[in-house]
Amino acid sequence: MEYSCTAYELKCNECGKRFGNRPLSGCPDCLAPLEVVYDLDSARGEFTRESIAAGPANIWRYARLLPIPEGFQPDLPVGFTPLVRARNLGKRIGAVNLYVKNDAVCFPTLSFKDRVVSVALANAQKFGFTTVGCSSTGNLANSVAAQAARLGIKACILVPADLEPAKILNTLVYGARLIRVDGNYDHVNRLCTLIADEYNWGLVNVNLRPYYAEGSKTVGFEIAEQLGWRLPDNVVVPMAGGSLIRKIRKAFRELVYLGLVEDKPVKFFGAQATGCSPISVAVKNGADFIEPQRPNTIARSLAIGNPADGPAAAKMIRGDGGWAEDVSDVEIVSGIQELAETEGIFTETAGGVTTAVTARLYAHGRIRPDETTVVCITGNGLKTTDALAGHYPASRAIRPRLADFDAYLKELDGAVPELELALAGGAHAL
Amino acid sequence: MPFKVMLPTAFTRHTEGQKQFASTASDLSSLLTEINTTFPALGTQIKDEDGKLRRFINVYVNDEDIRFLGGEGYAFQDGDEVMLIPSIAGGC
Repeated sequence: MEYSCTAYELKCNECGKRFGNRPLSGCPDCLAPLEVVYDLDSARGEFTRESIAAGPANIWRYARLLPIPEGFQPDLPVGFTPLVRARNLGKRIGAVNLYVKNDAVCFPTLSFKDRVVSVALANAQKFGFTTVGCSSTGNLANSVAAQAARLGIKACILVPADLEPAKILNTLVYGARLIRVDGNYDHVNRLCTLIADEYNWGLVNVNLRPYYAEGSKTVGFEIAEQLGWRLPDNVVVPMAGGSLIRKIRKAFRELVYLGLVEDKPVKFFGAQATGCSPISVAVKNGADFIEPQRPNTIARSLAIGNPADGPAAAKMIRGDGGWAEDVSDVEIVSGIQELAETEGIFTETAGGVTTAVTARLYAHGRIRPDETTVVCITGNGLKTTDALAGHYPASRAIRPRLADFDAYLKELDGAVPELELALAGGAHAL
Repeated sequence: MPFKVMLPTAFTRHTEGQKQFASTASDLSSLLTEINTTFPALGTQIKDEDGKLRRFINVYVNDEDIRFLGGEGYAFQDGDEVMLIPSIAGGC
């Protein structure tokens, strides 16, 4: 169950030993995570702005720098999501050159996980797995279920029992087997490592993890290309396991190495919920280790209390002069509303975290107003509507008559001036 | 006070295929000492240059991360189920 290829292979981050290509996530000797490394020089002249532009409008345009087995025929048009200028949000938080990378509309399941899953499943097929699976906080579950269905592979997915109902439904609908585990994500993840040990399954974020994680690089490739082949000054990224933020940087470094973009310093800013902030705490304390936490936040897709990529992420963030912040559940909801009201983008709780952290980074002067900053929105708000429960009570219905409509509108409008008057009166009294 | 220690397949090449063993060690530090004696090759693999447990290994006691139970200060109890597992991340 392995294949050889000259373009890329697995390598241990710590001891440097190489392992070819096989379903393996940790070094058998020093136990450190494995990563895919490329023969970048062989890609010179093949991975160019022109060759990319001639490719399809999805992540497969970057296939030359993804661990895609030879002969693999990409099927789904994953990724290449919009990078939108966020002038309105910028005005509100004091930013002039602000962009949103909108993976809330990633195909096929509305989160950035579609990118990693498509790369992982390409390898699962190559390795000959007939069952795939994952431990998931929701978005990954949806994506594995959907893409496995499309490929005709069986899927078995494990999630924490208290996952949002929409994310459970969005997994079951594809016919996947879903197993709810009585525990938090870290419990589920541990169980999956034991399953990978006993069953001959391709678990995308366990034994296929090095391949899976490479899919995240496409966020970085797209940001650079959509900015007109230049790098931003800053990127704000939500952190759960701590993988995405590192892979965006890896993508930028590969583009620089191959001469597709000019080299420049880029700062990376990590975003977490205060209720699960092990990486943010490590960055703030300057620690090179992660103190595990028991997650307690509405941002369940970021609720990993013991992130294995955390130490590397914290080190990288500090090394480039970036920072990490964490925000409360109340701020997360405000962040969701702010992004929706200003840019028309409805994101899930993780996006609320990222938006709220971005606002704070500007407010604290960590990011200067004129710098080019990209905010990574990784998931869709329709999956976590529970977070907004009670914020928009159902209004009373009116009869289908113009007079009723007219009166109701006046009633609605009337409420605002009254409030303003009250505030103005209060201000005068001071 | 015997308790059970369970190992992932990755470690069994150092234990002649044994996936679990019984121990009476009082705490994590004495468990590592015991492993050093019983399975010297495993002892070498799971510790770093300073003799500390490698940071890529998580220790669980009855489904709970030992760091939530006091870490090295935790005293193993009769009937505990202890697991050594390489850490892997996911999610988001």
